[in-house]
Amino acid sequence: MLRRYLAKRLLVAIPSLLIASLIVFTLPRLIPGDVVVLMLAEKAYAKDLDELRAKLGLDRPLPVQYVEWLGRVARGDLGESLWTKRPVLEEIGQRLPITFELAMFGLFFALLIAIPVGLIAAARQDTIQDYVARSAAILGLSVPGFWLATLLIVLPAIWWGWRPVTGFVEFSRDPVGHVTQLLLPALILGIATGAALMRLTRGMLLEVLRQDYVRTAWAKGLTERVIVMKHGLRNAIIPVVTLLGTQLPQVIGGTVIIETVFGLPGMSRFLFDAINQRDYPVIQGVNLVVVSLIVVINLTIDALYAVLDPRIRY
Amino acid sequence: MSTRVEIPQQVAPVKAAHARGRSWRGSIDTLRALGRFTRRKPLGAIGAVIVVALLVMAVFAEQIAPYGYDESIRGARMQSPSATYWLGTDNLSRDIWSRIVYGARVSITIGFATVGMAVALATTVGVSSGYFGGIYDLIVQRVVDAWLSFPALVIVLSVMAVLGPGLLNVALSLAIIIAAINSRVIRGATIAIAHGTYVEAARAVGCGHARIIMRHILPNVVATIIILATIGLGTAILAESALSFLGFGVPPPYPAWGAMLSGSGRTYMFRAPWMAIWPGVAISLAVFGFNMLGDALRDVLDPRLRGSGSVR
Repeated sequence: MLRRYLAKRLLVAIPSLLIASLIVFTLPRLIPGDVVVLMLAEKAYAKDLDELRAKLGLDRPLPVQYVEWLGRVARGDLGESLWTKRPVLEEIGQRLPITFELAMFGLFFALLIAIPVGLIAAARQDTIQDYVARSAAILGLSVPGFWLATLLIVLPAIWWGWRPVTGFVEFSRDPVGHVTQLLLPALILGIATGAALMRLTRGMLLEVLRQDYVRTAWAKGLTERVIVMKHGLRNAIIPVVTLLGTQLPQVIGGTVIIETVFGLPGMSRFLFDAINQRDYPVIQGVNLVVVSLIVVINLTIDALYAVLDPRIRY
Repeated sequence: MSTRVEIPQQVAPVKAAHARGRSWRGSIDTLRALGRFTRRKPLGAIGAVIVVALLVMAVFAEQIAPYGYDESIRGARMQSPSATYWLGTDNLSRDIWSRIVYGARVSITIGFATVGMAVALATTVGVSSGYFGGIYDLIVQRVVDAWLSFPALVIVLSVMAVLGPGLLNVALSLAIIIAAINSRVIRGATIAIAHGTYVEAARAVGCGHARIIMRHILPNVVATIIILATIGLGTAILAESALSFLGFGVPPPYPAWGAMLSGSGRTYMFRAPWMAIWPGVAISLAVFGFNMLGDALRDVLDPRLRGSGSVR
């Protein structure tokens, strides 16, 4: 049954992925005027416009260009960066692990904040703890990550003379230094997601704690800790796991700012630089890789959802 | 012969007194409703106060701000907050409080423009997709799926690379993203309404699609749209500040809160930390206000939407 469900989800995911690829392909071609003229204005890349147009395959009809581009993508060829002249896939391969690590650490911090706070807020509904937790969650959703990052750089420097490490430390050189440098950026990245997850954890837990079996557990004389942790949280956690999937695009979007503020050479910063330099093959490549990763991760989360909750039959 | 109906002289004052009475009762009822809302949703009331303050700042910026947004004050370079310069001055000797007041105008303009466009697009897509269903719904939803697979900031930056910087382009690129998310919620609400017996009855008496949508579907999704718009305003302000911070927002010297935090705000942040602190406080307060108000409105108008949340 699970296999059939996953096959069905895959069938739905394929058209979405194809439409996403069409969006990625179309975006640079929507630029008013001639993209080749723009490229030449940005950086002398070829001797004349026709040569560049032929090189990029822009002299053929759009549907042909799309099919050819898709064929190249299927063979792992995302083109060449206009600035570094290196294959886009190779460039992404070098930077993707940093962004992935940052996003995973961010999600870890988000869960670390969301579950205990959501649990306390639900278990102490309409008390001062609940109000503080809910207000803090809305505040967490309202504070811009780049401002928080700026404050966490400025204030400790003014008060204690401490500044976060600048410059990227590779894992192979100094594993501890590598992980340490990611902690602060990941914490900032995780705050907004943590706030959204906390609100969901609280809501789900409140719903579960009103179920009959929870009333039975109270009647049996079980302690609050057992009821909330064993009967409540276990059942409330499933939608939270699902929401992790929907939050993933936002976490990756957040890495654009965090990587820029902390000077981390990740994929999002690479995209940001490419946008500033109008490096279209890179913009297309990064967008395509990001969207494909998100679709695959969401599929995995769907599978995980089915495994986590044996009651679910597809 | 005149057809004019003369009102007897003694009736006019009585009518006026009735009208005054009605208007007094109306005002008292409104005040009572506001009082009830404040008691039931204190956080929502705080949000409403912040939103009203923001609107006043945006509309009456010239009257509220003591200096112009680009006015250099002689001998006041990087002054710390004081009685003269409430929030201090920046590296170009400009009053930060005045710039924040004018910055509210940018945030509010982009917020409302974004939400206006997003609501129009989301309502068109969501209502038509939910009402007509079938193959049209399937195709539209796959496009929305694809659009939602992109990280919001990544796709907004890519769209901005296509459109170029500017106030309208920022609003347009943000509207496309917010519309995709909102269309899902509106579609859900439309499906629930479209299966109602009164819609079936309208169809049975021969009402056309346009009439059913305009008279039965739209009035019933208005509450959902108001809630999404209020939460969307906070989201739009936050996203605009991020774009301005990254250099894709409103071009200088007009002050946008996000842009005040980048550039010189970051260059001089160790020497003049107030340059980096106050614009962030303004963004956070504005978004906090809209989120609080949106949350409270959702609870009052449509508690089923709890959990639809905002986007970041």
